[in-house]
Amino acid sequence: MTATESLEKQFDETIARNDRIEPRDWMPEKYRKTLIRQVAQHAHSEIIGMQPEGNWITRAPSLRRKAILLAKVQDEAGHGLYLYSACETLGVSRRELTELLIEGQQKYSSIFNYPTLSYADVGTIGWLVDGAAICNQVPLCRTSYGPYGRSMIRICKEESFHQRQGFELLATMMRGTDEQRAMVQESVDRFWWPALMMFGPPDADSPNTEQSMAWGIKRDTNDELRQKFVDMTVPQAEALGVTLPDPSLVWNEERGHHDFGQPDWDEFMRVVKGGGPCNAQRIAHRRHAHEDGAWVREAATAFAAKGASA
Amino acid sequence: MTTESGFHDSVYDEDLLGGDASHWAFGTSFEDPLAGVDTTIPDGVDPEELAAYCLMLGDDALIYSHRLSEWCSRAPDLEEDIALANIALDLLGQARLLLARAAAASPAVVPAMPEGSPVPPEDALAFFRPDAQFRSTRLVEPDNGDFAVTIVRLLLFSTWRLALLERLASSRDQVLAAIAAKGVKEVTYHRDYAGRWFLTLAQGTDESRSRLLAALPPVFAFHEELFTDHPVETSVAAAGVGVAPSDVAAEVAVILEQVFSVSGVERHDVPQIGPVAGGTGRDGRHTEALSHLLAEMQSVARAHPLGVW
Repeated sequence: MTATESLEKQFDETIARNDRIEPRDWMPEKYRKTLIRQVAQHAHSEIIGMQPEGNWITRAPSLRRKAILLAKVQDEAGHGLYLYSACETLGVSRRELTELLIEGQQKYSSIFNYPTLSYADVGTIGWLVDGAAICNQVPLCRTSYGPYGRSMIRICKEESFHQRQGFELLATMMRGTDEQRAMVQESVDRFWWPALMMFGPPDADSPNTEQSMAWGIKRDTNDELRQKFVDMTVPQAEALGVTLPDPSLVWNEERGHHDFGQPDWDEFMRVVKGGGPCNAQRIAHRRHAHEDGAWVREAATAFAAKGASA
Repeated sequence: MTTESGFHDSVYDEDLLGGDASHWAFGTSFEDPLAGVDTTIPDGVDPEELAAYCLMLGDDALIYSHRLSEWCSRAPDLEEDIALANIALDLLGQARLLLARAAAASPAVVPAMPEGSPVPPEDALAFFRPDAQFRSTRLVEPDNGDFAVTIVRLLLFSTWRLALLERLASSRDQVLAAIAAKGVKEVTYHRDYAGRWFLTLAQGTDESRSRLLAALPPVFAFHEELFTDHPVETSVAAAGVGVAPSDVAAEVAVILEQVFSVSGVERHDVPQIGPVAGGTGRDGRHTEALSHLLAEMQSVARAHPLGVW
């Protein structure tokens, strides 16, 4: 057995025992690359995801809602920070990753390429988008790479707060005026299908799933998670008093799950490829912040260097 | 190391429709800074004046919090994004307590709402008052400018406000004293944050230093207004419930001198922004920026005066 084969064997045994791989452990180059792609994409999603909700901070309709929303968007920045740090343990810097993002070479969750058009969207994003994110992310607490899994434990706790604040906003608005109830329904109508798309294409069309499952990076398939989300959400929608915009949504006694329709996968591919309503806007916003802040980061680096040499 | 911590299942198990209130991010478990505080208005204090004074301090915090929140998702780095949001949140918390105190001291300051409106007094004051009834100082109103202008304004504002709050912590009004005591801890951090960045920008690169120096005149143009006593401030100071800003001018100057000196920046007198028809922000005579800010801030609330959020 060569040295590499022996390392590979140890790696495979660690994965098989459901133990964590840690930064200093040997890992196959493809595992490292896959992780960087996934964790970076996740970090970028947190940072780009600040924008659609951040869009309403200056117009939040009560001081309590303003505080909640600002704290929530601040949490997303914090999540981005943990995840970029987890990614740095794989040998790539936050700056490199940010540059890959604004050059369009790394992706983020497509859901953030949809606009937020009313204050109800703040609630819907919390309820449906964060709800879908939790379904995706909870299994990642058990992911094989240690720093990623530990980040995810903390992130999932905060995301569950976020989901509840979204639900609570919508429930409050549903007790308000007819206009407010109409705002909630209109918002749910717009976000339902994009939320279902968050789990990725159907398993038959998901090229990376099999290898990621084998490596313990991914724990459930896209379709399994989508089903879980639908089953979780239907009773919540009933409690809220909103209609989910899917005529084929029905409980299937035999399966013990809801049957439901398929999102428009052509639209999904279009948005993934850059043709969504806000793709260019989101990247331009991030690019401006990064470029406008360059002189500040340079000043901090120069000042720290002077301190080190003094 | 085991990967089955048991936690992850609990996220699913958690009953979203009810469950444990302590899991709410903004539940009832937060410490109430006014718990057990005597809310009666002290003898010899005019409730109208107390309300007007609370609006002054509250509006400063509200408008400046709004400006700082505009940095969210736009800051030079994630750490700064988080820090500026923190400062905005602290000031928003102070604003809410102060507006509520104003409304309690004199309900007449709260704009009349249509019958059946569930809008609480703090929101009626924030979202349904016209610009000329705001009493914020003009320093907090203009756009943020670049990061250097933001830091210089934060340094001046937090140095001034900390000096006011430190004295206000011994106000005869128990509510104001409690709000100030909470605020002192917060604004101490704000001033420290601004001071550290002031030094960093002054000593960082040629560009950061020149941007910092360029930021001084537009911000310090509002200096005089900060330390000019309004008749309401003079009166509440005399009654032992408020602070006259002129009383803290000397100590603010000492702190600023320390920051400038350690940063190697000379402080020059800059032309001061004068009053409008004899009045300034405290009189409801504002910068052009304020009505734009309020048009945005109040838009959703005003569209739904009977709405509940």
